[in-house]
Amino acid sequence: MSAQDTPLPPSYLVDTGSRKGLLAWLTSTDHKRIGLLYLASMLTFFFVAVGIGLVMRLVQLTAFSHLITAETYNALFTVHGVIMVFLFVVPGLPAVFGNFFLPILIGAKDVAFPRLNLASWYFYMAGATVVITALFTGHGAPDTGWTFYVPFSLHTGTNVSLAVFGAFLLGFSSMLTGINFITTIHRLRAPGMHWFRMPLFCWATYSTAWIQLLATPILAITLVLVILERVFGIGIFDPTKGGDPLLYEHLFWIYSHPAVYIMILPAMGAITEILPTFAQRPIFGYKAIAFSSMAIAGVGSLVWAHHMFTSGLSQFAVMTFSLLTMIVAVPSAIKVFNWVSTLYKGSIDFQPPLLFALTFIFLFCIGGLTGVMLGALAVNVHVHDTYFVVGHFHYVMFGGTGMAFFAALLYWFPKMFGKMYSKKAIYASWFPIFIGFNMLYFTMLVLGVMGMPRRYFHHLPRFDTGHDIATVGSWILVLGLVMFFGALVHALFKGEKAEDNPWGGVTLEWTIPSPPPQENFQEIPTITTEAYHFPQEEIG
Amino acid sequence: MSDSILTSSEHGDGSIAHPGYGTFVKVWIALVVLTGLLVLMSHFGQSSAVWGLLLITPVKAWLVFYFFMHLKYEGPLLKVVVLVTLGTLLIFFALLFSDVAFR
Repeated sequence: MSAQDTPLPPSYLVDTGSRKGLLAWLTSTDHKRIGLLYLASMLTFFFVAVGIGLVMRLVQLTAFSHLITAETYNALFTVHGVIMVFLFVVPGLPAVFGNFFLPILIGAKDVAFPRLNLASWYFYMAGATVVITALFTGHGAPDTGWTFYVPFSLHTGTNVSLAVFGAFLLGFSSMLTGINFITTIHRLRAPGMHWFRMPLFCWATYSTAWIQLLATPILAITLVLVILERVFGIGIFDPTKGGDPLLYEHLFWIYSHPAVYIMILPAMGAITEILPTFAQRPIFGYKAIAFSSMAIAGVGSLVWAHHMFTSGLSQFAVMTFSLLTMIVAVPSAIKVFNWVSTLYKGSIDFQPPLLFALTFIFLFCIGGLTGVMLGALAVNVHVHDTYFVVGHFHYVMFGGTGMAFFAALLYWFPKMFGKMYSKKAIYASWFPIFIGFNMLYFTMLVLGVMGMPRRYFHHLPRFDTGHDIATVGSWILVLGLVMFFGALVHALFKGEKAEDNPWGGVTLEWTIPSPPPQENFQEIPTITTEAYHFPQEEIG
Repeated sequence: MSDSILTSSEHGDGSIAHPGYGTFVKVWIALVVLTGLLVLMSHFGQSSAVWGLLLITPVKAWLVFYFFMHLKYEGPLLKVVVLVTLGTLLIFFALLFSDVAFR
């Protein structure tokens, strides 16, 4: 009997094992279900952190400045940062879309280590639980900022040790996912799926996985040292005991700067999948994009000290890291050039995923260019620790990774759930998201240049107007987010059935039913063409 | 298949020569001697202890990698991977020293 004659296995959403319902989900080793477990938990944390951000903006309005105390404000920006960075943006695209689509895109039935994959999610949830417990136990939520800088983090009476331990556990989740993806790509590619036939999302995930694997242990050990120093008083970082607080900053940023690329590389990968589909032509400069992902991963690991230009580094180090920071902008610019060139003379179909992908490119360019400004030593010294930095990283993290996350969700939603959302509702949500986003974060860039320091509870009257605009922007942005996710939740329950290939995509996920069957493929496909092979291009 | 244990043939040639316990004991003795030397050097002041750590510890680590962790009997790919890792570490050290050494 041929594969075509065999009845299709049921969708991965159907429980076929001995366990049913929630238990079936919590014990599933199916990569698609694990991807959805991540999606549900991550979006929950995302909305908690959005709520915290909203409160932080509200208290910057003069009328609401007494809503919370300064200590609570310190705790809120710490918690907002920890949740957004460690629970949403770092695991973001790799854990959700990497898990769901990586095996499908390379023609595999699952990841290389399915049980380890589930264990990664449990590590993630354990870490998240510990972090959230730290907020409500001990002597109050940590007030150090998400960076846990010493020596303050060594001496503050708040619950730093537990929060740091939570971040340590989250690191394990990240490392295990990285190992899994590297092994999957090396060992489970379908016959004919050569390295340069892989969709570029796989290249992005592959580069990310190496950073997850190599950089995360450094943070894990550093965080353990903080706990040891707090509990046993060893003097590695504490200057009163002969320790070096700058060593902590070095070790923290050796991980945390590459972590920025853990956040942005898969986002770039998702955008690289979306653009060819809606331009109906192959990606421009496949190899340049693939190698630029690896270059970003490599060079991006060597630029960490640009976070420390005003900390008292040697002048030689400052110059070295400033130069290296400029270099890392090159592969990022290559990607932007290739994306725009892909659209040039394409048959553009302006669907919602493309709208958010283009929004990503626009906002990421602002984030990237302000990053180059910050890499320049003289500018950095002037705007260090001001709202300019806050605006910059929100343009990269939210305007970049966040918008790419939304674009990827819109692109793959019909495949993941077999339902189609209301396109009109998504278009309508875009306006408040885009307007609110820029009112909020562009104003921060301006406030920063004017001298507004970050993490301050009070501000001078001359910053009132800027704060008012940013706060109103935050309301508009949240309205857009509610409309966006409202449309998706509505589609989950009442959406029309999606076609197997609603966008005319040519990568492997569009060759299987929506939602995908268990084990993805009836028969492992044999790949004979390049990743973005559009038949009409050949005719043209 | 995904849960099955790999057979020796799936590991490559599957016939790795075992060095025998004699070699392991000799390496162990060398490690003990080097540890003793390290302790001895630490008695001659802090700089002597630091130089001892910098010079002797890599040798010990190499012995452990090479014999106990079977690097000696692995193919060139794994050796290259270890060298790349060491190279990465050295780059990190060099960049760190670009700060510490010039402060």
